[in-house]
Amino acid sequence: MMFTILGVAGAAHAAMPSPVIQQLTVFVLAVFVGYYVVWSVTPALHTPLMSVTNAISSVIIVGALLAAGGEGWTTAQILGLVAIALAAVNIFGGFAVTQRMLAMYKKKPRTGSGQDGKE
Amino acid sequence: MSAMQSQAFIDATALAYLAAAVLFILALRGLSSPETARRGNLAGMLGMLLAVAATIAQPAIFAHGLLPIFAAIAAGGVVGLVIARRIPMTAMPQLVAAFHSLVGLAAVLVASAAFLHPASFGILDAATGEIITASRIEMSLGSAIGAITFSGSVIAFLKLQGLMSGAPILLPRRHLINLLLALFIIAGIVAFVGNEQAALAGIPAFWWVTAGSFVIGFLLIIPIGGADMPVVISMLNSYSGWAAAGIGFTLGNTALIVTGALVGSSGAILSYIMCKGMNRSFLSVIAGGFGGEDAAAATARADRPVKAGSAEDAAFILKNAGSVIVVPGYGMAVAQAQHALREMADLLKKEGVSVKYAIHPVAGRMPGHMNVLLAEANVPYDEVYELEDINNEFAQTDVAFVIGANDVTNPAAKTDPSSPIYGMPVLDVGKAKTVLFVKRSLSPGYAGVDNPLFYQENTMMLFGDAKKMVEEIVKNLD
Repeated sequence: MMFTILGVAGAAHAAMPSPVIQQLTVFVLAVFVGYYVVWSVTPALHTPLMSVTNAISSVIIVGALLAAGGEGWTTAQILGLVAIALAAVNIFGGFAVTQRMLAMYKKKPRTGSGQDGKE
Repeated sequence: MSAMQSQAFIDATALAYLAAAVLFILALRGLSSPETARRGNLAGMLGMLLAVAATIAQPAIFAHGLLPIFAAIAAGGVVGLVIARRIPMTAMPQLVAAFHSLVGLAAVLVASAAFLHPASFGILDAATGEIITASRIEMSLGSAIGAITFSGSVIAFLKLQGLMSGAPILLPRRHLINLLLALFIIAGIVAFVGNEQAALAGIPAFWWVTAGSFVIGFLLIIPIGGADMPVVISMLNSYSGWAAAGIGFTLGNTALIVTGALVGSSGAILSYIMCKGMNRSFLSVIAGGFGGEDAAAATARADRPVKAGSAEDAAFILKNAGSVIVVPGYGMAVAQAQHALREMADLLKKEGVSVKYAIHPVAGRMPGHMNVLLAEANVPYDEVYELEDINNEFAQTDVAFVIGANDVTNPAAKTDPSSPIYGMPVLDVGKAKTVLFVKRSLSPGYAGVDNPLFYQENTMMLFGDAKKMVEEIVKNLD
């Protein structure tokens, strides 16, 4: 997982684009996936959409773990640990509050369906 | 991330990140319907678990003891869970703003750690011993966007929580100040990319970029008024995604890049929907100032007669109606009237009255907020309709019951080109046979605009606190 400067990257495999270009490819395609997936989200669930996107964007914890995992006790490591804690607030809080909201969405109880909804 | 790892291990890790990214896409896909949404959320949790596990399994992390890492996760996790359990649903906008600020700050911290200790991220150029150029671009952008997200979200949080006035704060020459600051940040990024050690007054350019971005995030949000907060939250949602993507490029991590792109586009789409709901252009929201100067325009209200009614009158009209459409607004949530409202709807349904709910896109304080508040009061989601799905039905409806909403029903948005809300899509409640309007007084709404609906012949005003009024109606229905 060693990255090199644009252009020099292909030295070993002349036919391969540099890693940055490969990442850009993934990024651009993901923007399109995001565009179509988000437009298909029902407006009734836009608040849970925001809280869940909040939770998943905390996958930035991956970077925080790498920063905290180095040798010794450097400033970088301490910053990493703080970032882990912040991201963890978001991950646990974000998914839990989303779950709490989604649990509240109920369908109209159908008469004769065997479920008794209210009263 | 050491060179000693076998290729198979590196590939397995990358595959785990790819799987996490796919699970995150499924989490969002699930939200297309309330029935699949819970499963989607579980997919999201699984994806997160996979991404964290794959990272912790790296020998470089694993080798040095996991205790501090797990302690940090546990500390943050407990705080998150307690907040998630306790937060009232009316406070969701503030909570989301606060969560955005944490993502932003985490992005800044990770980028800073990468700057201080690039070796743990594998971004050192073996030949020169410096951070490779592409990574410098990505990490400075990630840090800048993260810092803007952080300080902007803090201001949004303070405004929504009422700790800071919702009125726009307009600095003199703010556009010029912002422009100069933006140029300073860009210059800092260019200097940092050109030379890692570039410094101004002995401080490396990277820190100047980060500090400047904190300040600009603050300056960008303070001039934006309370009425525009739904757009601001969505926009900050988008920024937090782009910040995560920037860090994802630095780490070459698929899960982060894909997630950043998903969240970034999600926030952008929500901002667009909110702007459309208010008929405001994105640029005019960013420029700020809305919701302040208009308050004075409202004084020109004519002393026209209004018809006021009692809870008893309202109960009689509702009971004898065939169909009722309830139009709730944020005022209903503030008064905590949603539970009484659902009780009223239940009694009416027992009388054979059809009851539906009409939701305007900007009815709450964030996208979809009103739907959550109704769901919390056990209103079935299939009785709740969006503006474009129900607007034609008002003409065939006996009673429109407006509670805590005002501007979103204002016909002036269609008829009066001089109105500040002209062009905003509104619910055509005035077309119903009778309009019952629950309101404290005749005071204008958030945007400071008088509502001609109050003086319409088929309108009956029910003056009072939303919750008390609905409770009175419920008593009279029994």
